[in-house]
Formats: sequence, C-alpha cells, structure tokens
Amino acid sequence: MGHTWIAARRAMPMSIKQNFTDDALPDFRNLGVVARILIGVNALAFAAVLAAVPGWGAALERFLLVAARLEPALAVTLVVLYALSPALARLPYWQGGTAVVTLTLAVSGTLHVASAPAGDAVAGLARTLALAAIAALLLLAYLRLLTRAYSPALAEARLQALQSRIRPHFLFNSLNAVLSLIRRDPRRAERALEDLADLFRVLMQDNRSFVALGDEISLLERYASLEQLRLGERLKVVWELAAAPRDAMLPPMILQPLLENAIYHGVEPGAGEGRVVVRIERRGARVFARIENPYLEEHAHRAGNRMALANIRERLQLFFDVEARIDTRVAGERYVVEIAMPYRPAKA
Amino acid sequence: MLRVFIADDEAPARERLKELLADIAAELPTEVVGEAANGLDAVAQLPASRAQVVLLDIEMPGMRGLEVARHLAGLELAPAVVFVTAHDRHAVEAFELNALDYLLKPVRAERLAAALNRASAGGPPAREQLARAAAQAREYLSVTERNRIHLVPVRDVVYLRAELKYVTLRTRAGEHLIEESLVALEREFAERFVRVHRNCLVARAAVRGFERAAEGGDEPHWNVVLEGVPERLPVSRRQWAEVRLLAKEG
Repeated sequence: MGHTWIAARRAMPMSIKQNFTDDALPDFRNLGVVARILIGVNALAFAAVLAAVPGWGAALERFLLVAARLEPALAVTLVVLYALSPALARLPYWQGGTAVVTLTLAVSGTLHVASAPAGDAVAGLARTLALAAIAALLLLAYLRLLTRAYSPALAEARLQALQSRIRPHFLFNSLNAVLSLIRRDPRRAERALEDLADLFRVLMQDNRSFVALGDEISLLERYASLEQLRLGERLKVVWELAAAPRDAMLPPMILQPLLENAIYHGVEPGAGEGRVVVRIERRGARVFARIENPYLEEHAHRAGNRMALANIRERLQLFFDVEARIDTRVAGERYVVEIAMPYRPAKA
Repeated sequence: MLRVFIADDEAPARERLKELLADIAAELPTEVVGEAANGLDAVAQLPASRAQVVLLDIEMPGMRGLEVARHLAGLELAPAVVFVTAHDRHAVEAFELNALDYLLKPVRAERLAAALNRASAGGPPAREQLARAAAQAREYLSVTERNRIHLVPVRDVVYLRAELKYVTLRTRAGEHLIEESLVALEREFAERFVRVHRNCLVARAAVRGFERAAEGGDEPHWNVVLEGVPERLPVSRRQWAEVRLLAKEG
C-alpha cells in the first residue's frame, strides 16, 4: 500500500514502475496520505501529553486543550500542501522536503502569533515551531520509509504474482467452440479467433500500467461474445454503459475477471437463462462498476471466486491505496460485485 | 454400428463431437442415438436410447458427469462411459487413478476413435471405480426399475435402513429399495446422516427428539422421533452417546 500515492500522483498512463526510480514526496492529495498524516500527528501529540501529564484523565483533558490549537494548524497545513502538491512533486526530494517543513513552520508560526493574547505574541513561539518541525520531519521520514518498504522490486514482484490468469477451462472450451464453427460458419470462427487473440494479447501484457476504461469495456465485450458462442441462449449480458466515463484510467484486467466469475459461477452451473448485468458509471469524482449475476446457492461451493476477488482487491490497493474498494453481496437471488474507485481521466 | 449418446451443456461442443464421429465413420461406424444438455436429462433419456457408449461432459448443470455415470451404472444394460473435460486436473487425476476413459477438449478424431474402441470393448465401468473417482457426495440416490432410473434427492431422505441384501430408503412420500452398502453410504454422506443403530442411518436434520421405550421383553432403550414419518427407530446403546448430542443441538 505504501507506494501507491506515488503512482496516483504522477498518474495515469505511466507505469507504476517508473515511479520507483527515486525517493519521492508523498502525494498530499491522496486520501491515504492525508489520513496517515492526521493520525500520525495526533498520535504524536497524545504521546507527548501522556509523557508529560500523569494519569489518563488529566492527560486526556490536556490533550483536548492541545488539540484545540493543534487541529487548526494541521488543517491549514494540509490544505496548503494539497494546493501545492503538484508544484512540490516537481522538486527534487530534499528540496521538496525542506519546502514541506518550511511550510509547516510558517503555518504553525502564523497561527501561533495570531491566536496568542495581545502583547504576548512571542511567548512559546520557539516551542511551537520546534514541535511543528519535529512532527513534520518524523512524518516525512515515516512516509519515506513506507515507500521504501514497498521497494520497486517488491511491488513488481507482487504485481507479477497477481498477473491475472484466465481460467484454462475457458480457453479450451472456447477453442473447442471455435473448432465447431470452422466448417459451419467460417466467418464467425474467424471473428471468434480474433476476439480470442485480443483477449490474450491483453492478458499477456505487462499489467503494471493504467489503461483507459473504454479499452477495458471493449475487452469485456470481446470476452462476452466468446462466452456467448459457447453458452448460446443460456447467457444474456445486459450492458448499462451510457454513463461510463470511457476516458477514466484504471488498472488493467480488473473488470474482466469479475465478468468471468459472474458467468462461471452464476450462469454455467444453471440450466436456464442466466442474466448478467454490467453497469459502469461515474458519479462525481468516483467511478462505480457493478456486475451482477444469478446467485445459485447450491453451487456456491464452486471454488475460485474468493481467490479472484482477493487478487483484484490487492491490485486495486496497489494502484489506488485506500481510495478504491470492492464489495460483494447477495441481494435476493442476485450476486452483486461492486467496485468504487477514483475518477482519473486520461490526460488529453 | 456403435450406439453413442452425447451429453454436454454446450451446443457447439455437441456439434463438434458429431462432426468428429462423422469423420471417423469409415473406421468406426457409429450412430448418435441421443443427446442431452444437462446431467438430469442425460439420466432421464439415456436408458430408452439403449446407447452402448456415452460421451459425458463432466461439468454440466443439473448434475455433474461423474454422478450421472454412477446412476447409469445401475442399469441392466449400462453403457460404457467416456468422460470429456476441457480442464479439470482433479478429475483427470481421478480418472487416471481409477482406469476410467476420458478425453480432453478440444478432442482429436483419432483419440475419440481409440477411446470409443477401448470403452466399448471394456464395457461399463464398475460402480466402485466411479465412486472412488468422485470428489463429492451425490445429490441423488437412484432406484433402477428395469430400464428406468428413478432419482431421489438425498435431501429428501429421512432414514436409510439395512435389510439383508438391500437398504431401505425412506422419504416422507414412501420407501424404495437400493442396492448399496450402508457402510459406503455412511462414509459418503457423513455430513448429512448419523448412525443410530448397527443397521440404520437417520438424517440429522430430521431428528425431532427421543423417547423412552421398553415394550414387551425388550431392554429399555431410546427411540428416535423423526420429522415427517410416523415410525420410531431404536437407538442402540453404542450409538446413544453420539446421537444424544443431536437432541441438545436441536
């Protein structure tokens, strides 16, 4: 999870790989980074109070007093860092770090002076500045350590291991279906082989770069047409893509395994028609992708679903840290998987 | 002419097998006497087709191929079986281990011919062979009446009682005789049934309670009361310790 804000910051069309070359400042617009700073600074303040004041009750009271002065400074600092994040990111690491500490000092100094009683502006200013500097340096060090812990090699290894694999079951059944077409409907057979080639090209690609949602959608359609060939009337895929932001960037092969699961678990084991609904839409700054299929209780034991989900969850986390999530639920007779992730349009 | 039945849930896969059978007709003349798109249909339709060999896909809705084969094995004129699978490592290992014939999809014409020749020469697989290859318990028990297979869902069975050569299978609706051993049934359905007596397994879910019984000259003992059937079945002293726990759970 550590390095993800870096991937997120320099963003999309690039590979995660390229973001590892050097130390880099954290992305102050990333929710995970902001959360870590908030929690980190408050934890430091609480630890300091606990060390200074004996007794939990007294310490808590004192912490509340401290917090009244700490939180405004913290909030303003975060807002400033948020605003300047792109500019800071362009600086070399040490200059950027110095800039962050300087900013923190400026904000906390200004607030200290502004909120102090009249005529007493300088009392305690040095102490405030020292505490702010220590907090800023400790957090920078912590975030840098976190980045290092997820070193390029380690993150690459994890992504490599997570390279999504299509079920062999699907490959061989599809080839078999194509074979059955060659004599009866050679043109359809040609199309099917082209679809299969496209699908495998993507599967065998380096999966460390973001891709456009539009490309993922056409991949889904190719995959679905192959499944259709095999399953015929038993498979009905409903596409609800009118509000899908096709320029949104997302990790590759996040949606296809979900559609594959929906068909493998929800349609194939059933004898009748199985309806799968694919709905992708943008709501504000978030992209939602939902895939639902019939829930066949007696076949819930069919293995493999949880593994695929864990794989996708981990890849989402590697790319988006805490800003993406994936949920599954059974709603009546339907099984629903939903992904929510930040909307990051491709740069024009 | 070898009479062949094809069971596969994917229409293109059935078409492909028919094409291949036509291709090898000069070497091995065959006649397709029936087709089914799911396991239950295969069990229902195969007996009347009098097929000599069945090409059986192992992943089908309704009932999986291996279970289909186990029910077919009870027929008087049971067909030889060639399993077909796209990819199921576990199943393939089990087939190898138990000397069952199988083909991998996509199927090659010469392999199909070889498998059909071997299977029709070897005759139907033995029930034990199939049982050993199965990874899961069956969902149905079958009663074969001449040339018809009657399926009873295992979840409908209230108790199973051994009687001489047969086992009586009791549902709320009635009873049937099946030719299986109680020990093997106990092993296969351990999750669903519990032994109450040397000769009797009852469905855990059907147990409603126990009552004391000591009529006639019998030693005093407990009877189990079951949901949906009037008869009370004796619990042996040996099994009582385990069985009484069910009463507490309920």
